[in-house]
Amino acid sequence: MDAAEQQLAELAQVGYEAGFVSNIESETVPPGLDESVIRYISARKNEPEFMLEWRLQAYQKWLEMEEPDWAHLQYTPIDYQSISYFSAPKSAADAPKSLDEVDPELLRVYAKLGIPLEEQKLLAGVAVDAVFDSVSVATTFRKQLAEAGVIFCSISEAMREHPELIKKYLGTVVPQTDNYFAALNAAVFTDGTFVYIPENTRCPMELSTYFRINERNTGQFERTLIIADKGSYVSYLEGCTAPQRDENQLHAAVVELIALEDAYIKYSTVQNWYPGDENGKGGIYNFVTKRGVCAGDRARISWTQVETGSAITWKYPSCVLKGDDSIGEFYSVAVTRGAQQADTGTKMFHIGKNTTSTIVSKGISADRGQNAYRGLVRMNKGAENGRNHTQCDSLLIGDKCGAHTFPYIEVANPTAKVEHEATTSKIGEDQLFYCRQRGLSEEDAVSMIVNGFCKEVFNELPMEFAVEARKLLAISLEGAVG
Amino acid sequence: MLSIKDLQASINGKEILKGLSLEMGAGEVHAIMGPNGSGKSTLSKVLAGREEYEVTSGTVTYQGVNLLELSPEERAHQGIFMAFQYPVELPGVNNTYFMQASLNAIRKARGEPELNSLNFMKLVRTKLKALEMDESLLKRAVNTGFSGGEMKRNEILQMTLLEPRLSILDETDSGLDIDALRMVSMGVNSLRSPERSMLVITHYQRLLDYIQPDYVHVLSGGRIIRSGDKSLALELEEKGYGWLQEEAAA
Ligand SMILES: Nc1ncnc2c1ncn2[C@@H]1O[C@H](COP(=O)(O)OP(=O)(O)OP(=O)(O)O)[C@@H](O)[C@H]1O
Ligand SMILES: [Mg+2]
Repeated sequence: MDAAEQQLAELAQVGYEAGFVSNIESETVPPGLDESVIRYISARKNEPEFMLEWRLQAYQKWLEMEEPDWAHLQYTPIDYQSISYFSAPKSAADAPKSLDEVDPELLRVYAKLGIPLEEQKLLAGVAVDAVFDSVSVATTFRKQLAEAGVIFCSISEAMREHPELIKKYLGTVVPQTDNYFAALNAAVFTDGTFVYIPENTRCPMELSTYFRINERNTGQFERTLIIADKGSYVSYLEGCTAPQRDENQLHAAVVELIALEDAYIKYSTVQNWYPGDENGKGGIYNFVTKRGVCAGDRARISWTQVETGSAITWKYPSCVLKGDDSIGEFYSVAVTRGAQQADTGTKMFHIGKNTTSTIVSKGISADRGQNAYRGLVRMNKGAENGRNHTQCDSLLIGDKCGAHTFPYIEVANPTAKVEHEATTSKIGEDQLFYCRQRGLSEEDAVSMIVNGFCKEVFNELPMEFAVEARKLLAISLEGAVG
Repeated sequence: MLSIKDLQASINGKEILKGLSLEMGAGEVHAIMGPNGSGKSTLSKVLAGREEYEVTSGTVTYQGVNLLELSPEERAHQGIFMAFQYPVELPGVNNTYFMQASLNAIRKARGEPELNSLNFMKLVRTKLKALEMDESLLKRAVNTGFSGGEMKRNEILQMTLLEPRLSILDETDSGLDIDALRMVSMGVNSLRSPERSMLVITHYQRLLDYIQPDYVHVLSGGRIIRSGDKSLALELEEKGYGWLQEEAAA
């Protein structure tokens, strides 16, 4: 019995006393959070000792923190003691047995997106044990990546296989105590992705969570850490366009990006969590902390996101521009309809000289959707010749929805320049009529106009992702007009 | 082709068309002239199906069907095309993409195969050349930042692509320079055939030198107050509308 197993055995004992389900097969911790749960998670994951300490520290801090409350989001309070913090490999017992048992509405959307049947089952959570094509595809990919020296694995694996990198970088961009949800994540995260691109290496393919085979269920407390060493490049795709259901209502992920000298990280997200029914019931709360640091000179980090899902979205992918001449970019499309609420934006911290940031935010609201853009641009004292350009556009469909813009600008260096432009427009009857006169249905007209509105952001997405994002947008806005 | 009987239409409770009747046969070109605010654009929008306008009485029969029951897109599928007096900007929507989507939507509705991008590009290039338009307009967003003349030519480009049965041109000649006017007229004339009809709204007799109409109508106060052949246009050019309006009032 090695040390970890020993620890596990001891914990299982503690766990039993604390009310753990003793049936090892189900591997589920009863709801509630205390230190023993964190010890259990860390042991289950075979983590090095320093990780456990790190988690416990985060937990202690979390206990002292207060849940934030925002002016533009409204939701029923989350009961943190009712969440089960470890429920790896989900038991197949409660899962739908076949697609016949899945919400037909969900299946209709899958079909429209052109998702293959096997993949549909996976997304809908149908219990499957067949081996997928994608698994072998992924294996081939892994081989190619290994040849390039790229590390791409689950974060749990990285903690075991590359503890030195974890120790050096984890929590350096998003500290444990950054905010309430980040602290909770640090204490209990069970899943996530780790990427390391060696010096002067261009990652030979776009990396996607899709191909991260070993841990497919993304779980509610995900943690991603991407390190691009000097002169390297990587494009990472997160999420998928198919609506994902999850019995976990709260999702509190953390993403940390580190770009060293001359490195470039391009991070693209398409988020389509279940938004709930028309009143938002059953929808996901998506509270995410994403931040990247341009640690070296001439480093560049680019966030592109398309957000159409979730009942509530709260996220501000940010860039810390430390290196001189480093570049931060944020391109975002956020759609809210029904009772959806989104409060997103970005923060650009200019620290180094000649740093540049670009923000393009496109908010689309329909029905009773509420969309808020919140952006901070800070030019520190040393940010000589810092430049920011912000373009913040809102598109309203109907008259019950809303768009709100909150730009915060702090400039401590007189040579820095910050520009902010904001527009709000409505899809005009004239535009719709023009399209319909040319034979397009009202729905196609709306989707065409909306896609036109989002063009600058979609241009930033990798090709196939952009095509999917377009389709997704069209589906999300079905029936929004008329 | 088109039969309008005693058409009355209003917007926001204000009556604009007050009993308008017009018969158009297949292959015919009808010109409509008339003072500003007389209801010319209103007529074209009612024919194209703009829902803001309320038809309070009268009938419109197009190729034997009740036109007023069809949605704007159904009318387009049935071959009705309207060149807008004020074309609408669609920011970010690529012009070529828009035209291809439009053509394919119409083809699909008719059970014809859709054109792929390659074949569509070939087609649109030929039409573009014929109108002596700049290729760069294909890459831009629909009507966005187009000059007045470019917008009008773009409308005609769409018309020649869609080859409509009934074209309604609402002041397509306004704001065109002399060369553009000739181009646009050529585009329109190239579509003339025994199956196609055209309703050409204009303020200027000059256009009618290029596009020779079979009939000229004068629309005033929401009614057709005089119909004639193209000599009527010449007469109007000389005398204005006053004498006709006096006659009509008498
Ligand atoms: N939305 C509206 N609300 C109120 N009145 C309107 C509206 N739209 C049009 N009208 C009125 O209807 C009348 C007819 O307008 P229309 O655009 O059909 O004229 P027109 O004959 O095309 O004029 P022009 O030669 O200037 O283009 C005008 O008096 C105009 O002000
Ligand atoms: Mg008019």
